[in-house]
Amino acid sequence: MPIISIKNMTKTFQIGDVRLDALKNLDLTINKGEYITIMGPSGSGKSTMLNLLGCLDTPTKGQYFLDGQDIATLEDDLLSKIRGKKTGFIFQSYNLIAQLNIIENIEVPMYYQGMSETLSKERAEELAEIVGLSDRLKHKPSELSGGQQQRVAIARALANDPVVLLADEPTGNLDSKSGYEILEILNDLHEKGKTLIVITHDDRIAKLSERTIHLLDGRIDKEDNNKR
Amino acid sequence: MQWFGFKRTIKLGIKSLWMHRLRSILTTLGIIFGVCSVIAMLAIGEGASRQTQEAIARLGSSNIIIETVKPPQKQTDSGSGNTVISYGLTYADAEAIRNCIPNVEVAVPIRQLDQQARYLNRKLPIKLIGTIPWYTEISPISVIRGRFLTSIDVEYRLNVCVIDEKTARDLFLFDDPMGQDIKIYGSYYRVMGISSSTIQNNHSNSFGGSNFETSDQAIGYVYIPVSTAKIRFTEFKASFDGGTSSRERVELQKITIKVQSMEQIIPIRNVLQALLENRHKEKDYNIIVPLELLKQAAQSKRIFNIVLGSIAAISLLVGGIGIMNIMLASVSERTREIGIRRALGAKKKDIIFQFLTETVLLTLIGGLVGIAVGALIPFLVTRFGNMPTVITTWSILLSFGISGATGITFGLYPAWRAANMDPIESLRHE
Repeated sequence: MPIISIKNMTKTFQIGDVRLDALKNLDLTINKGEYITIMGPSGSGKSTMLNLLGCLDTPTKGQYFLDGQDIATLEDDLLSKIRGKKTGFIFQSYNLIAQLNIIENIEVPMYYQGMSETLSKERAEELAEIVGLSDRLKHKPSELSGGQQQRVAIARALANDPVVLLADEPTGNLDSKSGYEILEILNDLHEKGKTLIVITHDDRIAKLSERTIHLLDGRIDKEDNNKR
Repeated sequence: MQWFGFKRTIKLGIKSLWMHRLRSILTTLGIIFGVCSVIAMLAIGEGASRQTQEAIARLGSSNIIIETVKPPQKQTDSGSGNTVISYGLTYADAEAIRNCIPNVEVAVPIRQLDQQARYLNRKLPIKLIGTIPWYTEISPISVIRGRFLTSIDVEYRLNVCVIDEKTARDLFLFDDPMGQDIKIYGSYYRVMGISSSTIQNNHSNSFGGSNFETSDQAIGYVYIPVSTAKIRFTEFKASFDGGTSSRERVELQKITIKVQSMEQIIPIRNVLQALLENRHKEKDYNIIVPLELLKQAAQSKRIFNIVLGSIAAISLLVGGIGIMNIMLASVSERTREIGIRRALGAKKKDIIFQFLTETVLLTLIGGLVGIAVGALIPFLVTRFGNMPTVITTWSILLSFGISGATGITFGLYPAWRAANMDPIESLRHE
């Protein structure tokens, strides 16, 4: 069952007089529960792809169905709503909000979905437990290590139980040990049935996924199936 | 944005403001000073205006007062020496007013003399008021003990008097003045009653309650029948002017008229003026209408309020611009946070709401502090500057409301800027 279905999608940026096609006539289908990695050199359209998948942007042309919903034509408010509800972002630089403590950071996506404080607090505590940070709930992000911060970010991404998790080089800023821990958590989530899309430069990470999409100049260059 | 999220937004706002404490404090200073100056100036202005209004009201708002004034040309004429200058209001004037002018409740002739009262071996300078029983109608005094003057006192020119509290206190000390005789200008007068002092202090409702004494209050008052005053005291007075002496003759210092209703004051004033113009060759009188003075006081208060309002508006404008400046800086500094929030599902209006809440919180806190400091200043002014001040509820509500409105006005643009940032660009922002 396809959770993401992209048909003939093009994204064009107009920078001054220059038109730049970041993505050209892309077709892609991702099924529920799949673990996908996206690879490619810089400028190949990886980030644009992720932004479109995460509903941060809309395509110039073509169609994008996320969980059966047409995203391409949505207006800003609905787009925000879907973004918060159906996608979970994990960034390379964690992107936690500095003035909030761990539990409050995890609560942010639920807050924007209008969940009550008691419910969201409860859920945030559960999620913190899943990523192994129940003893750090009242700490500020600056008091945590990089690996711990990324685990908070994962908990936050899971807050609204999204249909797809989007990670942009989740281990890029981490030492190999912490990176490994993060990959472990992602793997666990995959095994529990979450759909994962991870952008990476690292072949070893790509090997962990079921399918690797190689992007080049805005087109899908090749696809590797890593399943044995 | 659901309403139950409101509390959390405020909590979040406080957190963000707390993170930049110094900046938040500095930003609110503009509002604090603005609100503080508005409150303080309004309180001082209100105090001064109330003081004037009370002074005028004491004259009686339904009264018309006619005073004797020395006509200016008489002074230049007086070079010839021992002439007698006769001017001013007369008993006949009082009679004419009583008989000719309709809708007059009472017309009270007042003869006023500076005298000395004696009791045993004590002396006290007093103002002697020769008048009729209806004096209590036109004056704010009230009889505390005994009675005021009666028609019989006036009819038979009795040597009776009513003294005010101050005279009673200073002349009799611990003795009971009732039924005692006091000596004024060679005659004895029996004390029939004690009245309250002429000037009352009505400032107890103002801040701290200022009890300063006016010059009028420092002297005691003694009231005797006007007919008694006529036979016991000479109407002639010697005056010395540039080395030559002249004698003046004045019958009455004042006639105070009480009209039946306020609307009749102006018509009666005009009739009165016509009557007196007819009876007096020169303008040796002056007509005072306290109601008109009150209107003038209200007018000048209105002007004062406009000036004050402009000053307040300017200071709050400056404060507001300061806030807007800081909020714009804050928005650009928190670009990344905005991007993160957008990526996590925040709508544009959520972001607007978040930043607006912060700005309004800042200004409201500034407003509260400003009100507190602003309330302290009038207190100190009253305490150390001996000026009455009144902090009105509406001035507090007004400044609180204005500071909130300033927050919304000057917070809207930064919030709008924050909401309209491109989430992708914002996320990339370092």
